[in-house]
Amino acid sequence: MDVHSIRKDFYILVNSDLVYLDNAASSLKPKPVIDMINFYNERLGVNVHRGVYRLSHEATELYEGAREKVAKLLNCRFEEVVFTRGTSSALNLVASSLGMQIIELGDEIITSELEHHSSMLPWQNVARKKNAKLVFVPLDEDKRITVENFKKVLSDKTKVVALNYISNAMGYITPIKEIIRLAHEKGAIVIVDSAQAAPHMPIDVKDLDCDFLAFSGHKMCGPTGIGVLYGKHHLLQTMEPVEFGGDMIDTVELSCATFKETPYKFETGTPIIGGAIGLGAAIDYINSIGYDFIMQQDNILRDYMLQEMKNINGITIYNPKTDTGIVSFNIDGVHPHDAATVFDQENVAIRAGHHCAQPLMRCLNQVATIRASTYFYNTKEDIDRFIQAIHKAKAFFDSFI
Amino acid sequence: MAYGNLETLYRQVIMDHYKNPRNKGLKGDESFYTVHIKNPTCGDDLTIQIKVEDGRITEIYQDGVGCSISMSSASVMSETVKGMKIEDAIKVIDNYVHMVKGEAFDENLDMGDAIVYQGVSQFPQRFKCATIAWNALSKAIEKHLNCPYHKDEE
Repeated sequence: MDVHSIRKDFYILVNSDLVYLDNAASSLKPKPVIDMINFYNERLGVNVHRGVYRLSHEATELYEGAREKVAKLLNCRFEEVVFTRGTSSALNLVASSLGMQIIELGDEIITSELEHHSSMLPWQNVARKKNAKLVFVPLDEDKRITVENFKKVLSDKTKVVALNYISNAMGYITPIKEIIRLAHEKGAIVIVDSAQAAPHMPIDVKDLDCDFLAFSGHKMCGPTGIGVLYGKHHLLQTMEPVEFGGDMIDTVELSCATFKETPYKFETGTPIIGGAIGLGAAIDYINSIGYDFIMQQDNILRDYMLQEMKNINGITIYNPKTDTGIVSFNIDGVHPHDAATVFDQENVAIRAGHHCAQPLMRCLNQVATIRASTYFYNTKEDIDRFIQAIHKAKAFFDSFI
Repeated sequence: MAYGNLETLYRQVIMDHYKNPRNKGLKGDESFYTVHIKNPTCGDDLTIQIKVEDGRITEIYQDGVGCSISMSSASVMSETVKGMKIEDAIKVIDNYVHMVKGEAFDENLDMGDAIVYQGVSQFPQRFKCATIAWNALSKAIEKHLNCPYHKDEE
């Protein structure tokens, strides 16, 4: 694999001097994915599942074909793949359906301060409504979730465990497989937020034995507005739909209705057809790149970035032991939003903010951090420009002292 | 690269107000009108307090956390409008917002140091930072106009 030929698939990388290091927020979209979305909109553009005409049949084939691609990617059954708007709506679906059905007074729900708000808040809401208790895995000194600390909060009262696979703010890989095994010993259900994992590492839900897992298309070269909820079939079967209307029904009477089988009972209304087809193309694209190459690139770039950053005085790195290409830091004495404006002047796109992880920011005693996050199309030259931008931001704000 | 643009955004005056904020710290006096504003996307968090006597802002205090643009503009704003008649302050707020948006504004209207924020118009991403304090002032004035004799309950 040659990065420079890969970069040709991304219009913006070829036609500008952009250094894109905000991949944890959203990845760039390659031409084959855009072409596939355009193909659907231009050549098909019709609804799925109901038309008898050929175009509708072809659109349905592509839409359901995308579900098949997701099933292969995750090593699960076709019926276990529910299309959603993204990770957030997938995680919310589990909480507002299954969560509201099974959580009772006094039950405990384990989550962590390392979570993206979308992993934690749906369960905070269930806990509040059901008078259940939200329990947080104590983070270790690096702000990491460990099996050891998970054991400290796991109990007979634990009903649900909602944790991330990779932290979006710190880039740590959670030892989720062992956590799932321990949680299952207590009969708890485990929901894995894989928004950051799916783009960067292979996921085998059979091997993990997770009950639910969610990810988004737009962080893995797909379009925005499409995501996936994987759920074990028997659990999806027991879950009630939360949205009612078109396409999800079996028989409708005036006072009652029956619903389609999983996953269709959760896909109310005209589905996200173009989005799903685009995600299918993104999965093909990722497979053509290969996770081995993606992980190798992330590691090389991470090591290089950290090595270069450690040579700079006056910056604080919050996750020097990051497992992935996500690095969180601040320039001492410079607010991250001020620094971000200098990065923008250098056409280096990074994220400055709380990364939808306010509890973690409180743990770090920071209002916000700067986050740089890599993907397979980044190069060492990108990192050099990023390092230069740090120097420029430092020099610029130092001039006011 | 040329940092001309950046230097129009971060002027010496701005960084001075950021590092040495004026009228900082809040008063526990209920005759003040207090407004608290947060920008949840960036974490800026600002409270301002004004005292209005005979139609003038006689005292003003501000406190909060945020970037240099938002924090310095709260300091500059407090100095600019202190002692000003309410109707003049409203004119300055309006003029300031037009200026930082890059729209036509009255260059002859005295806005004190607030004029240095003209450079923000080239950085639309920082518009919210530059206006948070002025929005808070606007809300505080609104509170006063809606209820001129009310003791503030916040």
